[in-house]
Amino acid sequence: MIAGAAHRAAMMAVTLFGVALVVFVLLRVAPGDPIAMMIGPGASPADIVALRAHYGLDGSLPMQFAVWLGAMLHGDFGTSISLRRDVVALIGERLPATLELAFCALGVALVLGIALAVIGTLGKRRAGEAVVDGATGLLLAIPDFVWALLLVLLFGVAVPLFPMSGRVDPSLGAQFHTPFYLLEALVTGQGAAVRDAAAHLVMPVLALALPLAAIIARVLKGALDEAMVQDYVLLARVKGFSELRIVTREALRNAIGPTLALTGVQFTFLLGGTVIVERIFSFPGLGNMAIEGVINRDLPLIQGIVLTFGFLFILTNLVVDLTVVGLNPKLRHG
Amino acid sequence: MPKPFSRTRGRPRFPALIRLLQNPKLGLGGGFVLLLVIIAVFAPAIAPHDPLEQDLMASALPPFWLAGADPAHLLGTDDLGRDVLSRLIFGSRVALTVAVVAGVAAGTVGSLLGLLAGYFDGWTDIAVSRLIEIWMAFPAVLLSILIVAILGSGVGTVIVAIAIIDWTRFARVIRADTMANAQADYVVAARTLGFGRWTILFREILPNVMPGLIALLAMEMGIAVVIEAILSFVGLSVSSDTPTWGSMIASGRQIIYQAWWVFAAPLAAVFATVLAFNQLGDGLRRALDPVMRR
Repeated sequence: MIAGAAHRAAMMAVTLFGVALVVFVLLRVAPGDPIAMMIGPGASPADIVALRAHYGLDGSLPMQFAVWLGAMLHGDFGTSISLRRDVVALIGERLPATLELAFCALGVALVLGIALAVIGTLGKRRAGEAVVDGATGLLLAIPDFVWALLLVLLFGVAVPLFPMSGRVDPSLGAQFHTPFYLLEALVTGQGAAVRDAAAHLVMPVLALALPLAAIIARVLKGALDEAMVQDYVLLARVKGFSELRIVTREALRNAIGPTLALTGVQFTFLLGGTVIVERIFSFPGLGNMAIEGVINRDLPLIQGIVLTFGFLFILTNLVVDLTVVGLNPKLRHG
Repeated sequence: MPKPFSRTRGRPRFPALIRLLQNPKLGLGGGFVLLLVIIAVFAPAIAPHDPLEQDLMASALPPFWLAGADPAHLLGTDDLGRDVLSRLIFGSRVALTVAVVAGVAAGTVGSLLGLLAGYFDGWTDIAVSRLIEIWMAFPAVLLSILIVAILGSGVGTVIVAIAIIDWTRFARVIRADTMANAQADYVVAARTLGFGRWTILFREILPNVMPGLIALLAMEMGIAVVIEAILSFVGLSVSSDTPTWGSMIASGRQIIYQAWWVFAAPLAAVFATVLAFNQLGDGLRRALDPVMRR
């Protein structure tokens, strides 16, 4: 078990190194010279050389990579060129917004997906199953970007129920001491702030949650179908338990494991989806800042954010792997 | 449920055609895609107006079913007075070009790597699998935006970006498929007969993973349409004088309260196209897979 975990952690380090290498290669072949963009027209060649040295852009490429990687490992992601601030500090401010968004979406997807699977199983070979199958097929076919825009049209324009941009309404005057607005408002019991932050989350959360909910529903329904023909379900029927109780208490407990493992892996896709969804809803998270960074050719900022995402993705997979192995005795000694 | 007596009626004359008609997903999805191809090819003949022609006197006209509409502009006009329907029709050209070329490019690269990794275990598999894992650690949308920003915008760049980010979809599935096929009796038989490794891989295994590949390809084309729309939406796809659905969505977003149809029309086009490619892929998977067909 411990050897397995160590092996996985080592693999994680290899993957992360690969990610860093790809980021480095991508950004160093960029034709736009970031230094040329930063300096004014009156700068002397000496200024340019000094700036190059300052950002570690002089020396051979392998040398640059070594210096760069060393700085990354020390948590030194450099200074943002466009915002002129420490990249780590900027990521620290924006990441909580993205995490709040992603975890809310994960929660909604789980609730919605499980509900759909249970309804579909209860309505087996009746209208309920057909409706659930049709709904999951549609939810699955349409990606988060398109859902987000449809929600803008529906809840932003046609029936304006929810705010279209930002995290909180500035006119509310709420003061937050942590970057986790919703969580802080909940913990400190600020009702108005909770409602406002939640209202801002509705559309981006739904856009991210709908496709994942469909995947969860489809996989879980398949597992429930298999579970429903097992002996223990027959026994429960003989005992006279209601169908609802059999599905939610007996079958679900046995069917949910693989679904949760899959959800963990799919969570990385959801995290990736936050980039464009944040952009659509002007949500001040990491992804929105990344797109700004790309538009401004802000090298240190882009590489910091891409590496942060890479780290989150790999970490998610590691946690899922270890949880699956930990929960399954057959794999524990593999 | 198997029907034991159905075979006595004999083989239908056009089994493929009958399968197609029994499969509404395939018919509907394929039909819409075909319609789209026709629209894209004959865009100059079909479009009622020049998609770039501006008429500020006729800006933000509503679509035909709303009051104040001009029958000459069925889906209304945008803020510069350009005909929405015509822009939509011309936009299908970029969408379809990107869908087909990027889909085939991602499919070719991904399938090749998947075949190699699935058949040659050892270092080839380790290298490809690790590459897939590294690729999966990037947020796809951010990576595509980054690539287009680096290479400069344009249809060609968008296609390259999609191929670079989406080959893993094919590689993962084809690798697993190839592994399963490599253990099958027919491959063992071919090996016993003395066929070379490459012959077995491309003449024996490839045709057997083809059905899955074709279905994936159809779905990937839908995804490519969305990625192109995302890149246009961010302002990175093609130059502004070529109408694309994504750039129409982005500019419509700015005037959504004054003229929502400028936003809704291209969004509906993207929605229908993605859905059609998805259903086509799903239908193909069912129609081509001998196990699911039964």
